[in-house]
Amino acid sequence: MSFFMENILNFVCFFPLIGVVLIVLWPKGKEHENGVKWVANIVALIGFLISIPLITAFNDPRYIDTATGMRFVIRKSWIDAIGAQYYFAIDGISLLLVLLTTLLGFIAILSSWSAITERVREYYCYFLILQVGMLGVFMAFDFFLFYVFWEVMLVPMYFIIGVWGGPRKLYAAIKFFLYTLAGSVLLLLGILALYFYQHSVTGVWSFDILGMQQLSIPLELQQWIFLALFFGFAIKVPMFPFHTWLPDAHVEAPTAGSVILAAILLKMGTYGFVRLSLPILPEATMEFLPWLLVLSVIGIIYGALVAMMQKDMKKLVAYSSVSHLGFCMLGVFVATPVALEGGILQMINHGISTGALFLIVGIIYERRHTRMIADYGGLSHIMPVFATVFLIMTLSSIGMPTLNGFIGEFMVLQGVFADPIYKLWALFGVLGIVLGAAYMLWLYQRVMFGELDDPENRNFPDLNWRELATFVPLIILAFWIGLYPKTFLDYLHAPVNQIVERVRPGEFPLLPVQVAVKE
Amino acid sequence: MPEIPQIDNLWEFFRENSAAIGPQLQLIIWGLGILCVDFLIPAQKKGRGAIYALGGLFMASIHLYWFWGISPGPAFYNMVTLDFFARYFNLLFLAAAFLTVIMSYRYLDIEDEQHTEYYALILFATAGMMFMAGAIDLVSLFVGLELMSISTYVLVGFLRSQKRSNEAAMKYFLLGAFSTGIILYGMSLLYGLSGSTNLNEIGRQIVGLENNTLLVLSLFMMMAGLCFKIAAVPFHMWVPDAYEGAPTSITAFMSVAVKAAAFSIFFRIFYLAFGDVREIYIFALAVIAMVTMTWGNVAALTQDNVKRLLAYSSISHAGFVLMGLVAGTDFGVTASAIYLLAYTFMNLGAWSVVILLRRQDIPGETLEDFNGLYFKHPAIAVLMLIFFLSLAGIPPLAGFIAKYFVFAAVLEVALSSGEAHSSLMVWVAVVGALNVVVSVYYYFRIVVSMFIRKDYLPAPLSFSAGLVVVLVITGLFTVLIGIYPEPFISLARAASLSLT
Repeated sequence: MSFFMENILNFVCFFPLIGVVLIVLWPKGKEHENGVKWVANIVALIGFLISIPLITAFNDPRYIDTATGMRFVIRKSWIDAIGAQYYFAIDGISLLLVLLTTLLGFIAILSSWSAITERVREYYCYFLILQVGMLGVFMAFDFFLFYVFWEVMLVPMYFIIGVWGGPRKLYAAIKFFLYTLAGSVLLLLGILALYFYQHSVTGVWSFDILGMQQLSIPLELQQWIFLALFFGFAIKVPMFPFHTWLPDAHVEAPTAGSVILAAILLKMGTYGFVRLSLPILPEATMEFLPWLLVLSVIGIIYGALVAMMQKDMKKLVAYSSVSHLGFCMLGVFVATPVALEGGILQMINHGISTGALFLIVGIIYERRHTRMIADYGGLSHIMPVFATVFLIMTLSSIGMPTLNGFIGEFMVLQGVFADPIYKLWALFGVLGIVLGAAYMLWLYQRVMFGELDDPENRNFPDLNWRELATFVPLIILAFWIGLYPKTFLDYLHAPVNQIVERVRPGEFPLLPVQVAVKE
Repeated sequence: MPEIPQIDNLWEFFRENSAAIGPQLQLIIWGLGILCVDFLIPAQKKGRGAIYALGGLFMASIHLYWFWGISPGPAFYNMVTLDFFARYFNLLFLAAAFLTVIMSYRYLDIEDEQHTEYYALILFATAGMMFMAGAIDLVSLFVGLELMSISTYVLVGFLRSQKRSNEAAMKYFLLGAFSTGIILYGMSLLYGLSGSTNLNEIGRQIVGLENNTLLVLSLFMMMAGLCFKIAAVPFHMWVPDAYEGAPTSITAFMSVAVKAAAFSIFFRIFYLAFGDVREIYIFALAVIAMVTMTWGNVAALTQDNVKRLLAYSSISHAGFVLMGLVAGTDFGVTASAIYLLAYTFMNLGAWSVVILLRRQDIPGETLEDFNGLYFKHPAIAVLMLIFFLSLAGIPPLAGFIAKYFVFAAVLEVALSSGEAHSSLMVWVAVVGALNVVVSVYYYFRIVVSMFIRKDYLPAPLSFSAGLVVVLVITGLFTVLIGIYPEPFISLARAASLSLT
C-alpha cells in the first residue's frame, strides 16, 4: 500500500494507458466493440477511484515534502544533460484539477457509449491518451515535463475532433491544433529564457518550477517572458482576441470531446497563468495588469453578447465559455487573495457546469441530430427529468445562489472590489452575470418551454440510467460547492496565499490557513 | 610553402596513418570488390550486391568500434583525422547507409533497376562523406566532397529508363558541379590569403583580416557552395526536382546522409576555421536560416506529391540545423549534431513508408495514395504519424528534442550578457518557433489522408524484410531519442567538444 501511495501520482497519471493497451489487444471485429466500451469505462472509473486517496491522504505528513509543502512528490532524474527532471507533485490547486480531470474523463467516456458508433476502438484510445496528457500537465512541477504533457494532449484531441466531428471537422481540428501549437512554441521560448536566466543567476541547470518561483528577474526580461508565456496560455484559455478557434472546435467536436475541451483543456491555460505566469513573473503581471483586465472584461462581455445571438446551442455554450473564462481570468489577474481563490474555484465550477451543458446539448443532439435552437421547444413536457437537470445546470452556470457558480462569481467580484485601484472593474463582471442570465434562461425557455409543436420531437425518450449517471456527480458537486464551499476552498488557501505573497506582497490580509495535519 | 616530406618506407607510412581512414578504406575496398565480382552474379540475382554492401558497412562499423575509445589523431600530414566529431558523423553515415541499403533491394526490383553498382556507389558515397567529416584540410575535404557528390549524381539518375530521373540527375549534376566550382574558387582565395590549406592554420592566419575584401569574398563563396549542398534557400532550386526524380531510396539517403555530411564540413569550416571572424557572416547566415525554414515550409504547403512535399520539408529542416551554427557556440554544434541524428531516423522512417507505397504499376507518391492507409495497415499509418509528429517537433519524440536544442542554443546566445546579436538571435528563435506551426499543417495533410479519408487503393504494399527492419529501427529510435535522450546528448556533446 505504501508503494502505491508513494507512487500514487504515477498511477493516477498513467493508469489510462493500461486501458489503451487492453483496447489495442482486444479481439478485433464489430461484435467485440461492446467489450472495448466496457474496458474504457472501467479503466476510466478506476482511474477516478484511485485518485480519491489524493484527498484522503492529502494532509498525511508522510506524503508532505517539508521543504516545499508539496504532496506526493515523485522526483527522479531524467535528462541530466539539460537538468530536466521527472518531477510530479500536487498542491491544493492541482488536487482539485486532477480530481476534476479524472471525474470528467470518466463522465465523458461514459457519455460516449451510444454516440460513437464507428471506429470505437480508436476513439477510446485517444480519449485515454488525452487523459494522460491532461493529468500530467496538472502534476508536473518540472517545466520541461510540463511542456511535454502540454503538447502531448494536442494530438489525441486533434483526432477526436477530426475523426468523429461534424461537417467541418477537418477545418476545426487543424485550426485547434495550429492555434494551440502557435502559443505553445512561444511558451517554449519563454521557458528557455527562464531556464537560461535561472542558470545565469544560480549556476544550476534546472527546470524546477518552484525554483523559478524564487527568482527575481529584471522587469524588462520579465515582460518579454510574460508575453511569451501569455501567448501560450491565453490561446489555450482562450482569452479575447485569441478565442476564435474555440467555437469551431466546440461545434465540430463530438459531445464528449466538447465536454473535455471545455471542462479540462481550457483549464490548462488558466492553470498555466496561476501556476507559472503569476508567481514566476509577478512584477510583469502587475505591469501588464490593466491590459490583462481589459482583455478579460472584453472576453466577458463580448462572449456573452455573441452567445446571446447564437442559433446553434453548442455555439452558444461555447461562447458562454469565453465569457465565463473571462471571469476566471479577471479574478486570477487581479490577484487579491479572495479574487484569486474565486478565480480558481470558478475554473472548477466552469468545468462542472459547462461540461454538463455540453452533455445536455449532446443528449438532445443524439435524439434528433440537430443543434439548432429553433428546431426544439416544449421538451419539458416529455422529458421531465431532463428538464430538471438542464434547469439545475443552467442556474449553476448563471450563478444562482445555493449553486456553485454563485460562490465563484461572488468571490471574484468581492476580491476585485477589494482592490483599491481596479475595484470598479467589478461592474463589468456584474454586467457579464446579467447577460449570462439572459442568454442562458432564454436558451432554456426556447428549448424546454412552449408548445411541443414539432412532430419530430414528440417521441424523445427521457434520460436513460446511463445518461442520468453522467449528471449525478456533477449535480452533487454543484450543490456541494454552492452550499458548503469550505471543503474545496480549504485546499486552495495555502497555495493562493503563496501566489498572492509573490504577486502583491503585503497588500492584502492573507487567507486563514488551518493546518489540519493528521497525526 | 611547407616542405614536401620524404617518405622512406611507403608501406610503413601507410600502415601508421591508415587507422584514421580505416572505415573509409573498408567501404572503398568492399565497394570495389562488389564491382569486381559483379560479373559472377547472375542477372536475376543482382540484389546480392546488397549483402556485400552490408558486409562492407559491417566491417566499417567494426573498424569504427575499435577506434571508438582511442583517437588516432591527425594522419597523412594533417589531412584527415578521426576525432570524436568525425566518429559521431561516421556513425550517423553508417546508420543511414545501412538503412538505405536494406530498404532498397525490394524497391529496385519493383523499379526493375537491380544492379550491383547501386550498392557500390552507396558505399563510395558513404566513404566520401566520412572523408568530409574527418577532413581537417581543404584538399582532403574537397576530395571527399567530390567522391560523395559524383556517386550521388549517378545514383540520382539510376532509374535510367525514367525521364524524370534523368532530368533530376542532369539538373543536380549541373548545379552541383557549379556549386563545387564556387566552393573551389573560395578555397583558392583562402589559400592565397592564408598560405595554407590546413583548417587550423587558416583559422590562425585570418585573424585580423576581417576587413579584407578577398576574405569576405572567399567566405561567402564557400558559404554559397555549402548552402547548395545542404539545400538552403536560395540555393535550393535543385532539391524538389532531384528528390522527386531520384529513386526514393536515394532521396532518403540524400536527405539525411548527404545533408549531414555537408553540415559536417560546414561546421569544420565555419565553426573551426572562421569561428573568429564570425562577425562577417553571422547576419547572412541567420537570414539564410530564417528564409530556409520559412520558404521550405511555405512551399511544402501546397504540394500534392509526397516526395516533393518531403523535399521541401527537408529544406526547412536544413534551416533548423543551421540555427545551431548561427548560435556559433559548442552548445550550438551539439544542438545541430543532435538535430541531424534525430532527423536521420525520423526522416528515413518517413521515406521508407513512401517506398512501401511504391508498388508494381503504382507510383504511390501522391496524397491520394495515402488515403485510408490506416484502415488497411494501421501499424504503418501509426508509424508514419509518429515520424510526422517527430518531424514537426511534437514531444515526446526525437524531433522535439532536436528542436528544443536548436532553440536553446540560439536563445542561450541571445541571453548571454554582452552579446551583440541578441535581437537577431531572438528573431531566429521566434521565426523557427512559428515555422513549427506551419510545418504541422502540411504534415497533417498526409495524416488526414491516412486516418480520415477512406477510399483506399486496394493493392498490397510492397513489404520486404529489409523495409520492416528499417521501420522498426527508425521508429524505435524516433521514440527513444524523444523519451530518453541522455546518451545521445552526451554523444553529440562529446562530438562538439572534440571540434577544436
